[in-house]
Amino acid sequence: MNPLRKRRLVLVGLLLLGIGSATALALTALSDNVNHFYSPSAVLAGEAPTARNFRLGGVVLEGSSKRDGSSLLASFAVTDRFKEVKVHYEGILPDLFKEGQSVIATGQLDQNGVFVAHEVLAKHDENYMPAEVADAIAKGKAQAGQTAEPKSY
Amino acid sequence: MNPLLRWFHSLGSPPTFYRFATRWIPWTGFAALVLGAIGLYFGLFRAPADYLQGESFRIIYLHVPSAWMSLFIYVLMAIYGAIALIWRIKLCEILMMAAAPIGAMFTAVTLITGMLWGKPTWGTYWEWDARMTSELVLLFLYFGVLGLANAYDDLRQGARAAAVLALVGVVNVPIIHFSVQWWNTLHQGESVQIIGKSTIHASMLWPLLLVAAASKFYFLFALLQRARTLLLEQERGKSWARELALGAR
Repeated sequence: MNPLRKRRLVLVGLLLLGIGSATALALTALSDNVNHFYSPSAVLAGEAPTARNFRLGGVVLEGSSKRDGSSLLASFAVTDRFKEVKVHYEGILPDLFKEGQSVIATGQLDQNGVFVAHEVLAKHDENYMPAEVADAIAKGKAQAGQTAEPKSY
Repeated sequence: MNPLLRWFHSLGSPPTFYRFATRWIPWTGFAALVLGAIGLYFGLFRAPADYLQGESFRIIYLHVPSAWMSLFIYVLMAIYGAIALIWRIKLCEILMMAAAPIGAMFTAVTLITGMLWGKPTWGTYWEWDARMTSELVLLFLYFGVLGLANAYDDLRQGARAAAVLALVGVVNVPIIHFSVQWWNTLHQGESVQIIGKSTIHASMLWPLLLVAAASKFYFLFALLQRARTLLLEQERGKSWARELALGAR
């Protein structure tokens, strides 16, 4: 390779290396802000901001979801299978909202440690299957006497 | 010289590439059409509906192949850019500039189909999570490459400026890909795994892979066509281009 091309090759390599490491450092420094939501464990450990809005993410705890018959009030608990946080929300829940499914709620904690949300989004997981397959899996689990296994989110 | 290497070298010459492109354009277009028609028919009409999302999951057949292409084309564009910067091969500059609008198109399709899926599934069109934000940055990078390439009177100078931006932007590609693993995002993780078990049922997966193959062929089809036009434009003073334009083949 002639010296001019070699020099340009080295320059391109250095450019990529420089940009790559600068970006890696910037992203590491920003990592707290890049995370889209806090888990219930993080919230109870005091990592989430107080007195301002943040997002809480996790699975809707089975058996915790209650809806008021005459208004749009809903209450449920969000869990990461270690800790849980109670959520109050007034509004329309997304179609995919279901116990055992993941959600991301935006809002803030009140004095009693209840998360008052003004937006609730359903988070979909990476599982795609036909209804028959999902039924078969549920049936298989019921026969094996298993309870719902902890879902990652 | 090894015959394969010699063939590869000769492909760098504009008239040879022009003939090569002319020969392959119909075949790549045909492959894209057939694979795409079969994949989309079985994906959109025949695959079973998802147990949770129902029919709206079918957007995956456009969204995921486009998303794969948006990253693939960017990496390819950056490689062409690096070759153009180091070896100053004219054909690589042209291929880089020809790839940019196709990549931008796939990125736009990814974002739009993602938003349309997000509304019924998540309950929102857009959230500033790491995956969506970095994909939007990718679209702006494509626009930047396109803009820079056309900002100079001299096409070759423009190509070199664009190549630098294409190279700088390549750091965004791993960020997009790994964003769902590195951070908590609204966007879910990958369903299709190259190594290991995919979390999408086989009856839903195979049409997806057909559409993905079709999108690759479509890219080749569009790339060859665009590169051929750009080449003719840039070589308009040369005798081979004149002969071609005058109809002497």
